[in-house]
Amino acid sequence: MPGEAVAILGASGSGKSTLLGLLAGLDTPSSGSVQLDGADLFGLDEDGRAALRARLLGFVFQSFQLLPALNALENVMLPLELAGEAGAADRAAKMLSRVGLAERLRHYPKTLSGGEQQRVALARAFVTQPKLLLADEPTGNLDAATGAGVIDLMFEMNAEARTTLVLVTHDEAIAGRCRRKIRLAAGRIDGEG
Amino acid sequence: MLRLALRMLLRDWRAGELRVLALALVLAVGGVASVAFFADRVRQALTREAHQVLGADMLMTADHAWAPELRDEIAKRGLSRAESMNFVSMARAGNETLLAAVKAVTPGYPLRGRLRTAPGLNLPDADTDAVPPRGTVWLDERMMAELKLRPGDAVELGRARFRAGAVLTLEPDRGVSFMNFAPRLMMRLDDLPATGLVQPGSRISYQLLVAGEREGVRQFEQWARTRLSRGERIDSLDNARPEVRAGLDRAQSFLGLTAMLAVVLSAVAIALGTRRYTQRHLDGYAVMRCMGATHSQLFALFAWEFLTLALAASLMGCALGFVVQNVVAWWLAALIPGTLPPPGLSPVLQGATTGLVVLLGFALPPLLQLKDVPALRVIRRDVGPPRQGAFAVYVVGLAAVFGLLLWQAGELKLASYVFGGFAGAFGLFAAIAYGALRLIGRFGRTGSVSWRYGLANLLRRPRANAVQIVAIAVGLTAILLLTLIRGDLLDAWRGRLPPDAPDRFLVNIQPEQRQLLAQFLERNGVERLQTFPMVRARLVAINGKPVGAEDFSEERAKRQIEREFNVTYLPALPPENKVTEGAWFGPGDLERGAVSVEHWIAERFGIRMGDALEFLSAGRSFSAPVTSVRKLDWDSMRPNFFFITTPALLESFPTSYIASFHAPAGDALLTLRLSQAFPNLTVIDVSVILRQLQFVMDQLIGAVQLVFLFALGAGVLVLYAALLATQDERTHEAAVMRALGASRAQVLAAQRAEFAVLGAIAGLLGALGATAIGWTLATRVFQLDFIWSGWIWLAGPALGLACILLNVWAGARAALSRPPMAALREVI
Repeated sequence: MPGEAVAILGASGSGKSTLLGLLAGLDTPSSGSVQLDGADLFGLDEDGRAALRARLLGFVFQSFQLLPALNALENVMLPLELAGEAGAADRAAKMLSRVGLAERLRHYPKTLSGGEQQRVALARAFVTQPKLLLADEPTGNLDAATGAGVIDLMFEMNAEARTTLVLVTHDEAIAGRCRRKIRLAAGRIDGEG
Repeated sequence: MLRLALRMLLRDWRAGELRVLALALVLAVGGVASVAFFADRVRQALTREAHQVLGADMLMTADHAWAPELRDEIAKRGLSRAESMNFVSMARAGNETLLAAVKAVTPGYPLRGRLRTAPGLNLPDADTDAVPPRGTVWLDERMMAELKLRPGDAVELGRARFRAGAVLTLEPDRGVSFMNFAPRLMMRLDDLPATGLVQPGSRISYQLLVAGEREGVRQFEQWARTRLSRGERIDSLDNARPEVRAGLDRAQSFLGLTAMLAVVLSAVAIALGTRRYTQRHLDGYAVMRCMGATHSQLFALFAWEFLTLALAASLMGCALGFVVQNVVAWWLAALIPGTLPPPGLSPVLQGATTGLVVLLGFALPPLLQLKDVPALRVIRRDVGPPRQGAFAVYVVGLAAVFGLLLWQAGELKLASYVFGGFAGAFGLFAAIAYGALRLIGRFGRTGSVSWRYGLANLLRRPRANAVQIVAIAVGLTAILLLTLIRGDLLDAWRGRLPPDAPDRFLVNIQPEQRQLLAQFLERNGVERLQTFPMVRARLVAINGKPVGAEDFSEERAKRQIEREFNVTYLPALPPENKVTEGAWFGPGDLERGAVSVEHWIAERFGIRMGDALEFLSAGRSFSAPVTSVRKLDWDSMRPNFFFITTPALLESFPTSYIASFHAPAGDALLTLRLSQAFPNLTVIDVSVILRQLQFVMDQLIGAVQLVFLFALGAGVLVLYAALLATQDERTHEAAVMRALGASRAQVLAAQRAEFAVLGAIAGLLGALGATAIGWTLATRVFQLDFIWSGWIWLAGPALGLACILLNVWAGARAALSRPPMAALREVI
């Protein structure tokens, strides 16, 4: 459902990341299918899936995955530039000021704190106005206070953009903020609620 | 996509990701381009040298007067012209008479090069643009001495009387030929009719000298060639001044090899740089895949980025090459008289192609591999690019380097040698490094924690570390080669023309004079007198088949076969001669009679091993089989002989002797006293030419040194890239160690231990490599004596240790100055 937030919970090795990889079409299943916005993800070839990702998906990773050679602004511009969209710099700057980093546009990732890096990653994820945001343990590398700030921001932006959110976490408190929770154990759905 | 690629290029550049790559490219291209520019100019200098030998850009010779139409055509085409008439005639002064080689010239002669004259015997000489004024003749030193003349005295030639003017010390177009025995008398062409010496049937050669802008001369030569009639010829430039050419050839080989070295080293630096670049960009690539970039999009992005980089760096390299060649040209200004036409575009093309091929050859395969990075890597770190053998990745690059070497060398054999040499060295280095690491692993596991941890680190990835050792060793090899060995090689080169090289030649020594002459010279402080017996003989038949001018199409061969050769007979091979086919006279040959032929003349006349050669000398003939072919050093300034026979064969023929020696410094009158004591001797003074040659050599060596800097820079760069290659990992390891509670000192000690072993092995390998390459170059390529250096075995490891410890110090400081978490975070 558009705007819905879903948490995927489970212990290490329960298959959370595998599921996320499958949802994004980053990994291929041995059997089964994934429907994304009406399209059969694995009926497409790799480049077809990439095109679909460009149109529909945003990502936030546990380890941020900012490109070290690009500054904050450029990191956020990158998906727009790859899609060949106009006004990348303006849109990226706007999004960065939305996450509270208007003063740090020209900073490189290594000069930013973990929380700041993850906020750049959030700006990068939302700048393309994706229909679906996939977040993989977004607070895993952050301390509790910083993590909470990032999570608040993510939920706010999610609500504003009415993006569907799929959040992988092992943190019950964060999962509690989602409307739906899916528990995984040993690669199977163990419970839903 | 291109714009995005450009932006990515700028971003990567700003972030410092591309510096090694770009610098390596600039050095490779700069090296190749400056050598190409230089070669271009050297060719021109060489042509100019050759033109000096002609005294013109083009020399036309006839046994009759040239038709006036020809002069009109030269004038119409805007070319400059001078003329001369040459013949032999008796000159008289007082009671003395002497057969003189007369040259009557028009003002303007020579059109290329300059005459040198001195105001009197044994006075310093200087360049002049003039020719003898009317009523005056210029005589060379020997003529002045033998006619007992002073400037101002009267000389008679034919029916006319002249005043002796300046002493003619150098004619650029006279050369060092032993054929020009008659001393020179130079006069003005306008004065010639008064002598009454020009009669129908006189043996006179009429020369027309032409010079001008290159294309105009070429077109005129084409025009003139079709109109040549009997007894007329246009002189070609081949093998003019062989002694200068040998030096230039050697310089070109040195430079060509240096450029190749720069290319190979830069290729190594680029391969290392690309490896680091791709490793650092794996994650970014995966992220962009997540953002929906397609394979072809990303490939295009990186391909454009690298292409632009290659172009920009090539351009910079060419600019650098251009600047350097200008410096070289300035350096060689004394060697290259006049202004040179601007260098052509081909060096730029050669440089830019080198840049593109090296970068794409080494960068494309890893980039193609990058394309296959699964996007899943953003979630699961353990997923890397699909592994391919290093060989598969680098085979394109290796092929590219081989192609470039082939282009640079211009021949398959040399390119294969160089390529094979490097490939073999890499393989051997890798094997030794790997073996040494294993050995240390087995026996060296005692000592402090840091030492053991450092060694364990080395042994954890013996292959990767062996590769790093090889890369460092290659960089060190280049540096040692270009610093220590280079000096030795250049000294050996200089040693070919030592300050005491023979600078006087004596011709026409009669057998009974030998003893007296030796005593005379010894009294005058001359050492190292060398004498050779000499018989003048014509080659009349090969394998019983008579040979003459009509058997050869080449102009030079035609002329040579009709002249007498100076044939010598010796039991032992003279120094500076090298037998390339067959063997030097053995006891059997000495008994039966045999002949040894110079390689170049054998080729010209189609003489093969075993052929029976028949010569005619003073009406008698002799014949012998060819038992060896020799190569000569034309730049050795020693008497050289095309044919050498066994002594028994020629001893009964009328023999004169030729000798060479070095005149003691400061004895300007020795030549004069010598010709007074032995009036029949011809003394040829080549000290001016020798000085010129030594000067040429010094200039060339200077130029070579300059281009060496490129290869040296590339070597340093390889070293830097090799050290940088593992820096990320080491920073991470240091952070992990720190996180586990190791002190700064412990981390430093562990890294020092690791790098000390690495540096020592690499340094030893570098010394080995530099010695091997130096030896090969000296003995195989340049035919010089290799000087063994003991030094290098200390300098190599010391340099290796120094570089690496410096690196540890800098790298570890960077790693340790930040909290471990920052380092950990950065590389996760």
